[in-house]
Amino acid sequence: MLGRIVRRSLRQHALSTSITSASVGLACGLLLSVWVLKDQSRATFTQINGGFDAVLGARSSKLQLVLNAIFHLEASPANIAWSDYLEIQKNPNVALAVPIAMGDNFRGFRVVGTLPELFTKTEYAPRKRYLVKSSGRLFDIGLREAVVGNFAARKLGLRRGDVFHPYHGLTFDEKMQHAEEYVVVGILEPSNTPADRVIWIPLEGVQKMSGHSTTAATELSAVLVKLKNPIAGRTLELQYNRQGDRLTFAWPIGATIAELLNKVGWFENVLGWVAGLVALVAAGSVMASIYNSMNERRRQIAILRALGARRQTVFMAIFLEAVSIAVLGAVIGYFFYLVLVWIAGRVIHGQTGVLIDPFAWNWAMLWAPAGLVALGALAGIVPGLKAYRTDVADNLAPTS
Amino acid sequence: MALLEISGLKKSYADPDGARQAILDVPAFGLEEKAQVGLRGQSGSGKTTLLHLIAGILTPDAGSVRIADTDISALSEPKRDRFRAMNVGYIFQTFNLLQGFSCLENVLLSMAFGAGEDRGRATALLERVGLRERLHYVPRQLSTGQQQRAAIARALANRPRLVLADEPTGNLDTANGREALRLIQETCRESGAALLLVSHDADVLGVFANVFEFETLNRAQANAEVKR
Repeated sequence: MLGRIVRRSLRQHALSTSITSASVGLACGLLLSVWVLKDQSRATFTQINGGFDAVLGARSSKLQLVLNAIFHLEASPANIAWSDYLEIQKNPNVALAVPIAMGDNFRGFRVVGTLPELFTKTEYAPRKRYLVKSSGRLFDIGLREAVVGNFAARKLGLRRGDVFHPYHGLTFDEKMQHAEEYVVVGILEPSNTPADRVIWIPLEGVQKMSGHSTTAATELSAVLVKLKNPIAGRTLELQYNRQGDRLTFAWPIGATIAELLNKVGWFENVLGWVAGLVALVAAGSVMASIYNSMNERRRQIAILRALGARRQTVFMAIFLEAVSIAVLGAVIGYFFYLVLVWIAGRVIHGQTGVLIDPFAWNWAMLWAPAGLVALGALAGIVPGLKAYRTDVADNLAPTS
Repeated sequence: MALLEISGLKKSYADPDGARQAILDVPAFGLEEKAQVGLRGQSGSGKTTLLHLIAGILTPDAGSVRIADTDISALSEPKRDRFRAMNVGYIFQTFNLLQGFSCLENVLLSMAFGAGEDRGRATALLERVGLRERLHYVPRQLSTGQQQRAAIARALANRPRLVLADEPTGNLDTANGREALRLIQETCRESGAALLLVSHDADVLGVFANVFEFETLNRAQANAEVKR
């Protein structure tokens, strides 16, 4: 019976029901999105290391090195010598050292020179290797061949057999085209890591690209380092960062990114507070919409009471109406959440290659809608009490 | 034995200046089981207050209202609500149908507060008052005459022992008023409910064998007349 009264009332006030539940939905979607994006980006970004423990590069901040060599975002601080690579490669604590060289792009996507070991000896995540799609193969280090990251290939429309000219610099300038021609010999399977946004060519290709300085032929941008045991990182950090002044050893990668995320944590908090305030405003709108309609509802409440409805019944009818609007809003909230995270996810994927999964479980998926419903319930108490106190005789006009 | 027994019933309201204004003072009034009685009184004379007191919507300042041996003025509010739902049908001048609900749902809702929903009986009642084709119409889709017929069906939903009708023809034209009156009397008779109908209209009350003058019944009004 209460269900029928609530359903009818929601339908009778269809416009305000739609608007208020949409505002609750927006608040719920916003809260969910902020939380999931915050948690997932933190979890994902701190786990991305390309399968390496550290980055060795020219003296700069650890963060710049990691962003440049692992996330392919920042500019390279400076180059290091080939001998630096040989030295760390020979270090007994190092399991694998892979040099990378960068400085070119193709229509905005980085062209990075490296060795095939990056693909053959590295797991970018536990039990996950970079794989070339079955129709292709890895580049030959002696040839002008390229393996293209999945996202870059899709965006650039590159397919196996296509030919392209790299452009000088990390940002695209059509006047800076290199003379060399590269053939795409393989497209990588999606890895949902920054490697998806990179065009990989043989190391020598970047080093000896026309127009690069002659010293570039023996220089590198960075060396990606995999250690034999974690303790070795401290020794190398001491060796390069404290005792030397020419190179920086960025270790551990995850902690370096976490440091960045902590620095921008205030922004996440601001977003959280904004979403929380939107939730409060939405709850307020539920209360206002029902409360403002109480004058027209008085007669209906009086009729219900005259038919035998108890005060608690009319209180519950109004209270449950507010709860229903909030529940409806929570359902709409999931829809808003999917749309918002889909849009944000595309931006993040486009910028970093990292994939955000809107369906991955997060406790916010439970507490955010539950919190909104609880706020909606609170918002129903004041108009519910007004219904409770409605005088039957006064509102059954006219009298004779 | 009387179904309705009123004794020493008094009700007053506060004036804007705070003084109590006696509106009702009925020393005694009764109604037999299945009886049909008319009560004539001018507008604003307190007839609705009397019906509200009988229905337990209001509580008296003094005196008692007994319906079938239950002193409803002594019951707690939730118990009065329950008693009203189970035993008293109310027909209003302005019909007071719930706007968002169909005819059938209006009757079913009344049942939900009383004896429990019985779709078959609700449908039969609406068919009895000539609304077979309008079961799923909401009030705004009905004429005023049809609305009052739906209200009559609703008043009888819980097989009440007493039906109170407050100027039930006041908002209807003559033909519809006559039809509504006929239906109220017939359906009350068929369901074994006593009927107390109040009106200021002599034509309406002309169909009742027993008609009381409210002015005679209500000493508060008589005293007011004397003071004037």
